[in-house]
Amino acid sequence: MSDNTEKPRNRLALWLPLAIFGGLFALFVHGLMRPADNNVPSTFVGNPLPEFDLPAAAADRPGLATSAFRTGKPRLLNVFASWCVPCAAEAPQLAALAQAGVDVEGVAIHDRPEDLARFLANNGNPYAAIGRDDKRVVQIAIGSSGVPETYVIDGQGVIRYQHIGDIRADDVPMLLGKLKEAASKGAGS
Amino acid sequence: MIAELGLAVLWMAAALAALQLVAGALALRPDGGQLGGLVRPVAVMQGVLVLIAFVALVWLFVTTDLSVKLVVENSHSAKPLIFKIAGTWGNHEGSMLLWVTIMAVAGAFVAVIERRLDERTLIATLGGQAFISLGFYAFLLFASNPFARLPQPAEEGQGLNPLLQDIGLAFHPPTLYVGYVGLSIAFSFAIGALITRNVGPAFARAMRPWVLGAWIFLTLGITAGSYWAYYTLGWGGWWFWDPVENASLMPWLAATALLHSVSVLQSRDALRAWTVMLGVLAFSMSMVGTFLVRSGILTSVHAFAVDPQRGAFILALLAIDIGGALALFTLRVSTVTEGARFSLLSREASLVFNNVMLCGILGIVLIGTLYPLMTEAYGVKVSVGPPYFNPVSAIFAFPMLVVMAIGPLLRWRRDRLTGDRAARVTWPLAVCAALALAVFAGVEALAHHITLLPALGLALASGLFPASFLPLVGRNLRRTPLPVWGMVVAHAGIAVSLFGMASESAFSVERLAALTIGESRDVGPWQVRLDGMMPVAGPNWTALQASVSTRYAGAAPTVLHPMAETFTNPPGTRNESALQTRWNGQLYVVLGEQAQDGRWQMRFWWKPFVPLIWAGGAMVGLGGLLALLGRVLSDLRRLIARDKIAYRRTRQGR
Repeated sequence: MSDNTEKPRNRLALWLPLAIFGGLFALFVHGLMRPADNNVPSTFVGNPLPEFDLPAAAADRPGLATSAFRTGKPRLLNVFASWCVPCAAEAPQLAALAQAGVDVEGVAIHDRPEDLARFLANNGNPYAAIGRDDKRVVQIAIGSSGVPETYVIDGQGVIRYQHIGDIRADDVPMLLGKLKEAASKGAGS
Repeated sequence: MIAELGLAVLWMAAALAALQLVAGALALRPDGGQLGGLVRPVAVMQGVLVLIAFVALVWLFVTTDLSVKLVVENSHSAKPLIFKIAGTWGNHEGSMLLWVTIMAVAGAFVAVIERRLDERTLIATLGGQAFISLGFYAFLLFASNPFARLPQPAEEGQGLNPLLQDIGLAFHPPTLYVGYVGLSIAFSFAIGALITRNVGPAFARAMRPWVLGAWIFLTLGITAGSYWAYYTLGWGGWWFWDPVENASLMPWLAATALLHSVSVLQSRDALRAWTVMLGVLAFSMSMVGTFLVRSGILTSVHAFAVDPQRGAFILALLAIDIGGALALFTLRVSTVTEGARFSLLSREASLVFNNVMLCGILGIVLIGTLYPLMTEAYGVKVSVGPPYFNPVSAIFAFPMLVVMAIGPLLRWRRDRLTGDRAARVTWPLAVCAALALAVFAGVEALAHHITLLPALGLALASGLFPASFLPLVGRNLRRTPLPVWGMVVAHAGIAVSLFGMASESAFSVERLAALTIGESRDVGPWQVRLDGMMPVAGPNWTALQASVSTRYAGAAPTVLHPMAETFTNPPGTRNESALQTRWNGQLYVVLGEQAQDGRWQMRFWWKPFVPLIWAGGAMVGLGGLLALLGRVLSDLRRLIARDKIAYRRTRQGR
């Protein structure tokens, strides 16, 4: 390979395709090793809740506004719908949380009053207030990509934690812990 | 019995591929002359054996042999015959067998017909082909055996995905496969030429028909796939920049660049290293695409045959084949001497420009496709869609299309645009450019709501279409060689397709309506009325069928039947759109669900000139076919002439 020395200028550039391929390969290996996770986390965790004022979705509960979250006490914000099966599955866990003294606020997504009333009658009503979000305005504004999702909001109205999917029995202590954490953070800030 | 035969034959074919590789490698050593004679017959035999294995698998599907696992999982005795056959490759194992079959048969074909390339390069090529094949044989035999039997025969098969029970889709994947795998031949030729340091016109001549053939199949496969997605998914769109679509587009872009650079190499002996690089790149993109589709590392609507373990296997093959080829390229390319030179204003220069632009688009698509994967490595989830792909690829595509109009008129090596060449090149092009400007000004003046990209697209297409025919001006049309016709038709097809795309995005009208029976709506120039609703049943599905009468601008009504189908085995639904095609566009009707008040949700689109997208794609494919036909005919003529000479010589006793 005596002619290699004749073109020293190009030598480095020639390795470029191989280097690019090496990068791609590393990316692919990383992609394969990573466990499949199709959840879309909200980018709004750590930000204050957006301003909203939703009308009441159920006859016996008030609507929901941002001001309700600035009382100094951390709360759960549950995004749900009567047409969502996992939402019915998580109802006992929400009831248990409400029993434990947690304030649970609801946002009903794309729902009808009569369907919602039936849903609450069948599955119980753990909510202090339920806002009606027919056009998914609030849902999108807090970065929720589906139902159900549950947010931990601290006493200042800042989103502290997002739980994607239904709340299972073993998620309840975890959420209580997050609420306690939010209480100390909200008081500290 | 058939399954065991298929498996045995597949093992034998794999063994022959190993022999082909070893014999080829040994034959390239200075003292290995005799072994070279082995390579061609072994390649032919390998092709025959693997074809037998493939036919055996088709037979198992046709007879619905329910003791074979693959048949049970992917077929059903009640399925129509054509979909039983298509079921053979509508799954991971079968499609991989189809892959090696095409690869081995193409290799056998090269071994039989290629006589003009020097023997050492051909042996290296066939050895390289055997090397790639061996990886896929290993994948089949160790990780995805299509002939595996069940311990107990099943009672009945588990059907085929209802979305796949479509004649368009039954033949769309194999079309793309032929394209992908055809590029493996180009890849092997590139490797062969690198090994023997013999990159030149003879190599380009040998490689070109394979590139052309693969490119035709890719073009038609992508066009058909796009039309299939358009009419069957009921979303009204024709391209979604989905990872799987991108996976088929990237090899096409690389193959398009390769097709043009290999022509330069063949006729001008220029662009040597670049052509070899593209040869490696084109097949690499096929493999990367296959990997992306099968490993499931990207989220796609085509989630088909997703399995991380298979992904790991393909990734290993990818690393060995592409990494090896790129390493070989890096080590050897400095010994590939520089080809013929050319000036900045020449046909070569315009082809180089377009090659670079095509590679630019390829890079844009690759980055856009992989970007979610890159950000996920840092814990951020994004999805990349048309707002990125459309404008960013247009930055490269529009200059490329302008040069595509100019390039074919230029002379090889050096040209000038003054004097007698002005009348031949400059003025006709100026007329086309003026036409494009007029269209742009007209669109901007008459329709303010149209955004920049569609307006530019309409203008460019209007200038490009007449410009594509300029290479024919002043030629005797009967004597014009077929490849020139091919180029003209393909370039005009690009213009036609571009016009369809731009028109679709500029002028489409969409209406969502909840209709009671007897109710009417206006959709652009159309008036539509829901006449009735009727249940229908097929062999393995039931459906609700709507009758919609449609009138274009007061003309006589025609009745359309959009359907909402429900499949029973496996359960699934599909909304089959109904299309009404006119010379100036298509009305697209989809039946949705029934609302609680009894009204039917329906979706209507009026898409002016949308069929031109696929008509243009078909023209591009036809152009490729003409070029290939020209090449095959001239080869045949040469063979016949050679035989005649030989015959005369024997008759004259010489």
